[in-house]
Amino acid sequence: MQSSMMLLVLLGVPLFAAAVLAFVGDRRLAPEVNIAGSAATFAAGLGLALEVYEQGPMLAGGKFFFVDAFNIYLAVLTSFVSMTTAIFSRRYMRREREHGRVGHIGMRFYHAMFQLFIFAMLLCLLTNNIGVLWIAMELATLSTVLLVSLYRTPTAIEAAWKYFILCGVGIAQALFGTVLLYFAAEKVLGEGGESLLWTNLSQMSDKLEPTVLSLAFVFLMVGYGTKVGLVPLHNWLPDAHSEGPTPISAVLSGLLLNIALYALVRCKVLVDGSTHTHYAGNIMMGFGIVSILVASFSLLRQKDIKRMFSYSSIEHMGIATFAFGLGGPIATFGALLHMLMHSLAKSSIFFTVGHASQMHRTQEMDKIRGLFKGNPLVGWGLMFGAMAIVGMPPFGIFTSEFLILTATMKDAPLMTPFLLLGLGVAFAAIFRRVQQMVAGEVPEYQKPMKVAHVPVMLHMALVLAIGIYLPDFLSRWFHTAVELLK
Amino acid sequence: MDLQTAAQINSFLAAFVLLTAFGMLVQKRIYSLIHLFTWQGLFLSVNTAIVGYVAGRHHLYISSILTLSLKVILLPYILHALIVRLKIRKEVETVVNIPMTMLIGIALVIFSYYLTAPVREISTLITRSTLAVALATVMIGLLMMITRKHAVTQIIGFLAMENGLFFAATSATYGMPLVVELGVALDILIAAFIFGIFFFHIHTTFDSLDVEHMARLKEED
Repeated sequence: MQSSMMLLVLLGVPLFAAAVLAFVGDRRLAPEVNIAGSAATFAAGLGLALEVYEQGPMLAGGKFFFVDAFNIYLAVLTSFVSMTTAIFSRRYMRREREHGRVGHIGMRFYHAMFQLFIFAMLLCLLTNNIGVLWIAMELATLSTVLLVSLYRTPTAIEAAWKYFILCGVGIAQALFGTVLLYFAAEKVLGEGGESLLWTNLSQMSDKLEPTVLSLAFVFLMVGYGTKVGLVPLHNWLPDAHSEGPTPISAVLSGLLLNIALYALVRCKVLVDGSTHTHYAGNIMMGFGIVSILVASFSLLRQKDIKRMFSYSSIEHMGIATFAFGLGGPIATFGALLHMLMHSLAKSSIFFTVGHASQMHRTQEMDKIRGLFKGNPLVGWGLMFGAMAIVGMPPFGIFTSEFLILTATMKDAPLMTPFLLLGLGVAFAAIFRRVQQMVAGEVPEYQKPMKVAHVPVMLHMALVLAIGIYLPDFLSRWFHTAVELLK
Repeated sequence: MDLQTAAQINSFLAAFVLLTAFGMLVQKRIYSLIHLFTWQGLFLSVNTAIVGYVAGRHHLYISSILTLSLKVILLPYILHALIVRLKIRKEVETVVNIPMTMLIGIALVIFSYYLTAPVREISTLITRSTLAVALATVMIGLLMMITRKHAVTQIIGFLAMENGLFFAATSATYGMPLVVELGVALDILIAAFIFGIFFFHIHTTFDSLDVEHMARLKEED
């Protein structure tokens, strides 16, 4: 009973906050309401995690919700990053408003949609029904489309339109895949909502018709793969992630991509159970490795700072997809850790990038200079963020990439050079740029400003701490998740 | 109504759905495009009701009414209102290479039949043969979104895809569970709200709804 209460709070608070902020989102204290809502969500997430940790997987709300080690860790991560993003956006959005980039309605809209977006992501994670999973994913897209175009500049509108259309097309394919999945499930589990429940499906997956599931997976891969931003379905991603307000870039890159990958992995488990081959894994590995290579070479050509880090998100999602496709305990463990680390590091980078571009009033990397001297916190934040994201020790991404690389050398040695090439190129591309931006003299157009340093420091400290020492409870948690995904 | 007749009516309506899809693919006038879309929704709605009656799945009646109110009445109405407000009622879009587009469309239909063959073999439903048509409708909607350059046309292509998906659910499994159908309908409603806002934004920013104007975001070398 208590745990379903916790679940209710976890999903109810963002929804309620969205409704409230739709009316008062432009008031002076609205950012604080936003933070309070996200903090309550995070607390509920932690409480639920604690229970699942002690008592194991649970079903709630008449089997409608399902919580296990895999989704609860992502739910905690989602609510945590939303909270820090809310803290970051307090000053950031206030300044954007002073600069006249958003008005009253824009602020209301921003706050309400931010909370609705969190709700949609959490619903995605916690629902047991794969049909509802699809609906929540679409809702998460729709709630962010107009946030991408919040500034109403021609490029922002273009980016949002691309996002809307391409993700709409992509996600439609996933719905077709879900229909096929339901078709196969109905044969075994009978008609009605019960046969779309993941808990039922995963128990009976070896009885599902393999030919239908193989076909379904192609559609699911294309559909959810579009949302993960895998090459060649990635066209919308750099635009959408770079044109919107920075807090939105942080949650899009840090959270939404994870959620889409989560959906894909859930589907893969079903397909694997039915086909008993490495079919789904091979497809994911292919998409993963192509994404890593294309994204890392694209990194070299970027001039806009947010665009560059968006491409880096594609690269990292490629790594995680590749690792899930590879399968096996080490690679899966690495992939889970990688999702966590990338999410923390990338959102923290976007926070500092947001500060840096507000200080220079531009996102062009050639014009951003002298961050170390101008504002050491922003400079070092960007430097450490970049070191973490390219996978330098002792940060956590090094650990996860190392695990994935080890597993690759063992299970798919032919892929190792490609993986290394991608990682190497990404390293060079990002480092070259970041070094220019942090070093040097302060240009005269750089404006000093107060920055929100708590979110950045918190994220970086976590990435560093987990890189040095993976806490016992976390590794046990991941091991349980690895078992689930076998 | 016996099963034989029902299956025939089902195929007949499926043929009309496909026909309207092809019609939309090459229709230049935005106004006529909306009419075609409305007809497609009507065929779907009637088909769903008939399948629901024959198969004894009463939740399909709700889906049918939902389709009728959403895709035959509400969405066409919104689109109408928008094109009147934006004064693009008479706009004619240049559609390049109609014969080629038609040929690709036909190829997509054949491909859909090929792709859904395993499902047809296992299925025992009377509607099984129309799944290929449903997939073809999805693919043609996709093709329409790629080949057309007008924001309104792209949205109609998007909605036609959604029609195809709904049709697929009816054909393959006599409809998805009600909670899913309702959720999808809600998503479409929100999407309608969003593209409505978008049309205004695009119109005021670019002075046209031709998405060709939106080409600033490119990879520079």
